[in-house]
Amino acid sequence: MLPRRQLVGLWTIVYREVTRILRIWVQTLVPPVITMTLYFIIFGNLIGRRIGEMGGFDYMQYIAPGLIMMSVITNSYGNVVSSFFGAKFGKYIEEMLVSPLPNWLIVVGYMAGGMTRGLLVGLIVTAIALFFTELQVHNWFVTLSVVLLTAAVFSLGGLINAVFAKKFDDISIVPTFILTPLTYLGGVFYSVQLLPPFWRDVSMFNPILYMVNAFREGILGVSDIPLGLAYAIIVLFLVLLFTACLVLLNRGVGIRE
Amino acid sequence: MKALALKDLRKTYHGGTEALKGIDLEVEEGDFFALLGPNGAGKTTAIGIVTSLVNKTSGQVEVFGNNIDRELEAAKSCIGLVPQEINFNQFEKVENIVVNQAGYYGIPRPLAQQRAERYLRQLDLWGKRHDISRSLSGGMKRRLMIARALVHEPRLLILDEPTAGVDIEIRRSMWRFLRQINGEGTTIILTTHYLEEAESLCRNIAIIDHGRIIEHDRMANLLRKLHKEVFVLTLKEPVTAAPHLPGYRVELTDPTSLEVEVSQNEGLNQLFRLLEQSNVEVSSLRNKANRLEELFVRLVENGSDRDEGVGHAS
Repeated sequence: MLPRRQLVGLWTIVYREVTRILRIWVQTLVPPVITMTLYFIIFGNLIGRRIGEMGGFDYMQYIAPGLIMMSVITNSYGNVVSSFFGAKFGKYIEEMLVSPLPNWLIVVGYMAGGMTRGLLVGLIVTAIALFFTELQVHNWFVTLSVVLLTAAVFSLGGLINAVFAKKFDDISIVPTFILTPLTYLGGVFYSVQLLPPFWRDVSMFNPILYMVNAFREGILGVSDIPLGLAYAIIVLFLVLLFTACLVLLNRGVGIRE
Repeated sequence: MKALALKDLRKTYHGGTEALKGIDLEVEEGDFFALLGPNGAGKTTAIGIVTSLVNKTSGQVEVFGNNIDRELEAAKSCIGLVPQEINFNQFEKVENIVVNQAGYYGIPRPLAQQRAERYLRQLDLWGKRHDISRSLSGGMKRRLMIARALVHEPRLLILDEPTAGVDIEIRRSMWRFLRQINGEGTTIILTTHYLEEAESLCRNIAIIDHGRIIEHDRMANLLRKLHKEVFVLTLKEPVTAAPHLPGYRVELTDPTSLEVEVSQNEGLNQLFRLLEQSNVEVSSLRNKANRLEELFVRLVENGSDRDEGVGHAS
């Protein structure tokens, strides 16, 4: 159990992050609504009708979990990278650095903020998906645990990006050149079973593939990846990234001279 | 008890710049302490190390007996920092900035709100509590940083040039406020380029230059080292030449202004007797320069000479 003082500190960071998300809702909540609506209309409705079934479901149903997960990933990451870098750039990160907040609590606070935005956007995208198709959750535990863990992993990824970023360009390089390609190639729009064996094997190095498939297993009950392996990969990334964040903050990389 | 103790504190930046070359410094609890030095002397680096914003290269730092290597959280809890640069979220509301800061120190929100009200009122910012901080004037932003630094009621308040760019009226009201909280028991360390401010507020002083402490004494002792002062006398009637005043160096700067150098052991009575004998009537008298300023310039110049000497020798 955390001491009360630390709980207050953690709550303060989370409260501040959530009020930030809601204050700038036009930047944080509206864009994914528009983007995902377009995905559902173009890929699901227009093109999807010609594709027919995938994995035993109509194409719109098949891509819905992937699109929800895609929005969770990009928004969890985007929230932390922009909020933490903004605090560094405006120097108000110093408010926390001079306080007795331990570094692990700062990491958890930002992670919780990123998860909150990821889940909020995920909920909104789910609501949009329900306008286009039917979704019945196959396994609530798998669905919720995978979405929470994935949001946590990408929040931590955003924090690492923000720690190293020196200018605003640096916080868009990773999402543009790494995160987006990995997401598109992570089985959001197709089953990896459709790929030639070589590219199927290459896809196995993409961690997002495991997250998307585990989430699809939770909602539809189908997956290209064994669920146990998917959990192992997600938890492994969570532990690695959390440790990396802690080491970076303890060493003061990018935040202390 | 020592509010702050620095032992052989050193800092070398990645580029090789040696900002601190082994500083020893002690500040007593309850003191109002001035840390002075020219730009780039190492003041902000020293403050950064004490407040954990800069990693030290070596040495010891203790805040109220808490060593920052072993008891960092306890040491940080004792300190409130008002930095040189504005460092709050300029898009956040004034009250939220203070309340959130209290939260980082583990102060529950209802109590944080009470304290925020108290300090924002004392610093004349309560009426601005719902404003976005970006809209505040320069002086208000400085006062907001003082309120933020005080909200967890630190035992040691460190102010790094808190009155830079602030008009004289607000500066004086800040002085009154700082004297008040020092009187209530808060130890204060102040860096400033306004030496009049340091002379008026502080009891003890250290001067840092080129990463070394070159003076560390009581303010009164330090000022006593200044043997001579220059007074400017405004004359009732214009004169064409400087009067002959045996024992004094006199310069006529314009027909109604005399500059007279007076050593501390001579005093002013003899000077006025001589002026009377010369039929020179004085309407007013003032110091030519702030005493501390004169001393500061002299010490720093000596320091530069020493460093240049060392440089040539090597």
